[in-house]
Amino acid sequence: MNIWEIIGFALLKIVIIITSMLLTVSYLVYFERRISAWAQNRLGPNRVGWEGVLQPFADVFKLLLKEDIVPFQAIKQVHTLAPIIALFVAFTTYAVIPIGPSLELFGYMIPLVVADVNMGILYVLALTSLGVYAITFAGWSSGSKYSLLGGVRSSAQMISYEISMGFSIGGVLLLSESLRPLAIVDSQGQFLWNAWIQPIGFITFVVSTFAETNRLPFDLPEAEPELVGGFHTEYSSMKFAGFFLAEYANMIIASALIVTLYLGGYNLPFINIESFDLPNWINVLIHIGTFFFKMGFLLFFFIWVRWSLPRFRYDQLMNLGWKVMFPLSLINIIWVAVLIMIFNL
Amino acid sequence: MAVKKRKKDLTFLEKIYIPEIVKGLVLTLKSMFKPKFTLKYPEEKFIPPASYRGRPVLVQEENGQERCVACGLCSRVCPPLAIEVQADETQYEKERYPVKFEINMIRCIFCGFCEEVCPEEAIVMSKDYELAFINREEAIYGKEKLLVPVSQLQDRIDFLRRYK
Repeated sequence: MNIWEIIGFALLKIVIIITSMLLTVSYLVYFERRISAWAQNRLGPNRVGWEGVLQPFADVFKLLLKEDIVPFQAIKQVHTLAPIIALFVAFTTYAVIPIGPSLELFGYMIPLVVADVNMGILYVLALTSLGVYAITFAGWSSGSKYSLLGGVRSSAQMISYEISMGFSIGGVLLLSESLRPLAIVDSQGQFLWNAWIQPIGFITFVVSTFAETNRLPFDLPEAEPELVGGFHTEYSSMKFAGFFLAEYANMIIASALIVTLYLGGYNLPFINIESFDLPNWINVLIHIGTFFFKMGFLLFFFIWVRWSLPRFRYDQLMNLGWKVMFPLSLINIIWVAVLIMIFNL
Repeated sequence: MAVKKRKKDLTFLEKIYIPEIVKGLVLTLKSMFKPKFTLKYPEEKFIPPASYRGRPVLVQEENGQERCVACGLCSRVCPPLAIEVQADETQYEKERYPVKFEINMIRCIFCGFCEEVCPEEAIVMSKDYELAFINREEAIYGKEKLLVPVSQLQDRIDFLRRYK
């Protein structure tokens, strides 16, 4: 492969990933509304198109037609920058997450990951930490106390939960001995999912990702009853849509990360697919399907939890973050280390 | 009856949240598969029970005459003054009938006082709830709109006899 082919394939992969992600986001919003309706014995949006499948497009169209209001007291540049940061972070993080094994196409072996970086997990952690800036900027630059409170809460929350998130990943890295997402997936194989080996780490990681994505029960930055809309109170039109999109894109990334790190990535459990001697492309398709199935379940889980659990109080949130999640993730590292020592994994 | 005491301290299982969270999740998952309350309105319509107070209507007997004797009690009791009655004589047994009977549906508050006060069971609340007009004149319902055959109002009349 020469340099142009590499760039071409990378661009192709980026385009595919971004379009599929935008589509998934719009349908995620639709499913969020449907599932919330079902959980409350309602029907949900079912008018636009068959069973409401065109609803997300109608929503986006409505948002596009809205007036873009910037408050008088706002710092305009930062106010505009914030949703851009949020979107940037949400879409670039996906670059390192593998969705399947290498695909053989036109005689090339193409890894199904935009960038096979050898420190991919660090990249993810770094970018998700950048996401705090989007919310803090939005809250600070809006010139509104609700936004400011939302932004402050969010930065405190994200910093606290990032620690337990990082330490939970520590356990995974001990087992895989690599920061490369593909290597982490390979190290888990069919059955030795990290979720089974280190259940405590799995739970702390899932809880931390809920906090990181600002989803209920940790959606204090938004907290509709107290803060109107939290950090995006003063946003309207496409800037609001940017935050909205970023939130759902973050959900997708969070579930993709959970699948990659803890649920065996694209590996199919129970059936040894290699033994059937299938052509490469069918094999790849099955693996991609497995990955998306696992991800879909986690996305459903995100929505399911949102409509089941009440919001935490702020002090409870901090107590949980520092006094429970942080020690638990440390215990998890010790647990994994002991396992490695005993079984020589 | 023994008063159930509230437990002050959470047990260990409750403190680690996870089983309680799972319980909550199972509950919402169950309710996802329950029958829905929403009706797909224009296609499916809500059929109200007999106790429902919809649009007030005049009872029309089998011979095509209204039951109303134009005593004016309904218009007297009507809190928002929505009913207007003008009486006249008739050769039928009941001697009086309303020449003009109008209900202003913009004013009507569906309180059902007219039906309660009526000595002849001549005005009752129907099950009709789809009331829409595009101007004020249209909202004043005259006799031609108010008269409904008694057969259609039978369950409301039965309800009134039983519970009024």
